[in-house]
Amino acid sequence: MNNFPILTALVLVPAAGALVVALMSKRHPDIVKLAGVGFSVVTGALSIWVLGKFHTGGDGSFQLVSQHSWIKQWGIGWHLGIDGISLFLVVLTGILFPIALLGSDSHHDIKPYTAWILLLEAGVMGSFLSLDLFLFFVFFEIVLVPMYFLIGGWGYDKRVYAALKFFIYTMLGSAFMLVGILTTVFLAKAQLGHITFDLVELQKASFAVSTGRWLFLAFAIAFAVKVPIFPFHTWLPDAHTQAPTAGSVLLAGVMLKLGTYGLLRFSFGLFPEATRYFRPLFLTLGVIGILYGAIVATMQKDLKRVVAYSSVAHMGFIVLGAFAFTGQAVSGSVLQMINHGVSTGALFLLVGMISERRHTREISQLKGLQSVAPIFAGVFTLVMLSSIGVPGLNGFVGEFMILIGTFLTARWWTVVAAAGVILAALYLLWAYQRVFHGQPDEANKTFSELKLKEALVLAPLLGIIVFTGVYPKPMLDRIQPAVNKLVQHVDYPQPQSPIAAAEGGQ
Amino acid sequence: MLSTLLASDVVAPFSSPKIDYHALAPELVLAGVIVAVLLADLFLEESKKWVLSTIAGFGLLAAFIPIVTLAVSGHRARSMFGGAYVVDTYSLLVKGIFLLAGYVVVLLSQNYLEEGDYYQGEYYFLLLSSILGMVMMGSSRDLVTIFVSLEFLSIPAYMLAAWRKRDLKSNEAGTKYYLLGVFASAVMLYGMSLLYGDTGTTILKGIGAKLQNGSMSPVAVLGIVFVIIGFAFKVSAVPFHNWAPDTYQGAPTPITAFLSVASKAAGFVALINLIYVAFPHGGDVFQPMIGVMAASTMTLGNVMALRQTNIVRMLAYSSISQGGFILMPLAVAGGKSSGNALTAIVTYLAVYAATNLGLFAVIIAVSRKTRSGEVSSWGGLFSYAPLLGVLATAFLASLAGIPPLGGWVAKFGAFRAVITSGTNWGYALAIVGAVNSVIAFGYYGSLMREIWMKPVPDGDTAPIRTPSSLNAALMICGGATLALGVVPGIILRFSDIIKL
Repeated sequence: MNNFPILTALVLVPAAGALVVALMSKRHPDIVKLAGVGFSVVTGALSIWVLGKFHTGGDGSFQLVSQHSWIKQWGIGWHLGIDGISLFLVVLTGILFPIALLGSDSHHDIKPYTAWILLLEAGVMGSFLSLDLFLFFVFFEIVLVPMYFLIGGWGYDKRVYAALKFFIYTMLGSAFMLVGILTTVFLAKAQLGHITFDLVELQKASFAVSTGRWLFLAFAIAFAVKVPIFPFHTWLPDAHTQAPTAGSVLLAGVMLKLGTYGLLRFSFGLFPEATRYFRPLFLTLGVIGILYGAIVATMQKDLKRVVAYSSVAHMGFIVLGAFAFTGQAVSGSVLQMINHGVSTGALFLLVGMISERRHTREISQLKGLQSVAPIFAGVFTLVMLSSIGVPGLNGFVGEFMILIGTFLTARWWTVVAAAGVILAALYLLWAYQRVFHGQPDEANKTFSELKLKEALVLAPLLGIIVFTGVYPKPMLDRIQPAVNKLVQHVDYPQPQSPIAAAEGGQ
Repeated sequence: MLSTLLASDVVAPFSSPKIDYHALAPELVLAGVIVAVLLADLFLEESKKWVLSTIAGFGLLAAFIPIVTLAVSGHRARSMFGGAYVVDTYSLLVKGIFLLAGYVVVLLSQNYLEEGDYYQGEYYFLLLSSILGMVMMGSSRDLVTIFVSLEFLSIPAYMLAAWRKRDLKSNEAGTKYYLLGVFASAVMLYGMSLLYGDTGTTILKGIGAKLQNGSMSPVAVLGIVFVIIGFAFKVSAVPFHNWAPDTYQGAPTPITAFLSVASKAAGFVALINLIYVAFPHGGDVFQPMIGVMAASTMTLGNVMALRQTNIVRMLAYSSISQGGFILMPLAVAGGKSSGNALTAIVTYLAVYAATNLGLFAVIIAVSRKTRSGEVSSWGGLFSYAPLLGVLATAFLASLAGIPPLGGWVAKFGAFRAVITSGTNWGYALAIVGAVNSVIAFGYYGSLMREIWMKPVPDGDTAPIRTPSSLNAALMICGGATLALGVVPGIILRFSDIIKL
């Protein structure tokens, strides 16, 4: 089985699943759901298999590469590969999709709902695995379509507006990226002598300083919208709030990561000079995102919007760490991408469960849930603490690494960003207090306890939260080689660690 | 004076031109089919008129056979009539597109005509004549031949646009199309006469040898401008687009499909012939002109489309805007990305033909039930006609340029052409195009929204019954749209090697 094209299968299995589900009869919703879950579980299993086959250590280059030519005339190929940066994002995708399918209910038209989710999975997998600029662009665009229909077809009241806003924003971003990709490729053609969209080959080309900066911006806009980096974030609260539960889970869990992943893989990879040049800008935007997201989250009346704005803040941390250019901070960023996917995904699932039971997400309508549903409250607390970044849980490891690593190269930004950690405690704990504490009124008295099925869906996420918090080493061991390679590639002057400097002075 | 002229004509011996019958076979087959349709119409009873559409359909496919044999025959180019008529790989490719698009239009027309009780014999006669004009346009390399082909394809189209003669809108459609079309022809003829006057030849190659950047006489510049304006009408480029929405809305829907795809493609083919053969060194004149036209065409078409509530009218503006995208590569023709631009345009035409014809097939199918052309009549289409809903979504997504459907290959090629030109003009045009492809989603998305997210109007969820010919058209277009997107090699292997 050594030659089995496992990465290709990761993309094709969910795509085939979407096709199979689309061709099934809609008269048997149970069978449709079973098929959908089946295909996503197989994909999840494949992603775990990838995790097993991944070689720890090494020089951080791509593994399990699968390369074929697709459009020869234009130098476009089917080139997939995985390294430490994408490895856990792929695993996260593999785990989160079956959970989202199982943990939420479409309420109507389950067949297209399941088919769209599987197509989304194929798109997301493809985006994380592509090493060909064009292939990446194709998957990056494909992702938009199912999400548009998921929000618009199965969301809440203002779903149509939210869906269109989401689509137009992200598509505008990627339109600039398309121009950027083509320009990059045709400028590189002059140096490389042949036309190619292959990322590995394109990295050998170097661009004139001003050209590189323009191209960097063309790529960065697409990714900044996706992350979203302040001030491109305004689509996110609407999309998250109006999306059905599975949509929010996947949007926050994996789709936002396409943005930060894209920055690391493509913007950093292709234009190191411009990345260094724009560093202060992105550090500042990251910090603004942290503070702005936190402050706005505090003010929200809708529980789902609180979680949505908390995403803006968390993604701000990830951007901050990425642009710190130290091994520690970038590793922290990559780890935090996974952490955010897990804990925010779980938070959205829990909020979805509350909304299923109470048909409202207004904080003022919810009260005293802790006394009627203690286990539910306990699970919510654990996930919330992970999102706040309490030591012993996963969020802490990522945030701590980001702050420490960033402190070395961007001291004042870190000082301001650290305030975000406190604000996170403020808005989440305050929301928790209002929803779970106190005596339940009439409407909330009948709030039912966590069901076994719901518990089973949440269990893997809770496991990851605790495991990563206690023992992050296995993950970091796999992330670090690729991150170190990237940091070397960006070539930002590395500070001596304070301890080493002190020892050197003696 | 006159007598000497006449005398010299009499004296010059007439030698009949050498005719390559193989090269002319597609045109000859088509001409034969046209005569067959006309004759059969005379002798068929009213109840057997359906035979005509079958003859027309198979005739178009029969004309496709010599195209294949010519393509594999190995000759790069067969030139006839002193270079006025050339059959090369490029012309074979566009002829193939015209014939297949024509075949789909015949499929679309079949039930529309039978149920609407229209004059079938004349309809197919005119349709085939128009297609013959387009096929001739593919090979025309002479001002006079181009003009003859243009009129050959246009005059039947004027009549077809007004085919529903008891409907005022259809009359308006035909009249408007006719008057503006003739006006454009006049402007173009004037331009051609200026070009002939300046260069002394009507053969495009000869003109190309005489016109050089920097050393052109004002007369020649004016000639180029007028000729391009004439064809700008044909491809409904802004500011010469006003006829399109009214004509598209009033004409019978299969004819609207025909006009928006084949007739528009013929206009582009003529522009390619002129620009690549006659003005390759006239970039100073035509590049800025076409660049501005492309940018304003796609922008205005998009912005107007956003406001439409009638589907066909929305698609009329969409087709104007798509025309802008096809013009985009022409704006850099003549420079170093000339070859890329040619590939891009021909690829775009093929993809656009498959996608847009497919969308019109859906419109015809849905309006069989709803009897309405309003956007809201598509509400909840997916819930009662899932296959039509999915196909319509695929065609719309392809027009919006979303992979893996054909549209992205077309848009990609167009962007590639302008960016490889390496000029600031090219980059600016690419950015305008990129922004426009997002605006376009505003209205393509609104149709998708109706299909998937809106309730069914009046709760009428009776399924739609589509006749088999319409089904065939849907399958051909759907298959082609998907195939061109997933394996673009099938069109690129042809469009990449063509040269002019």
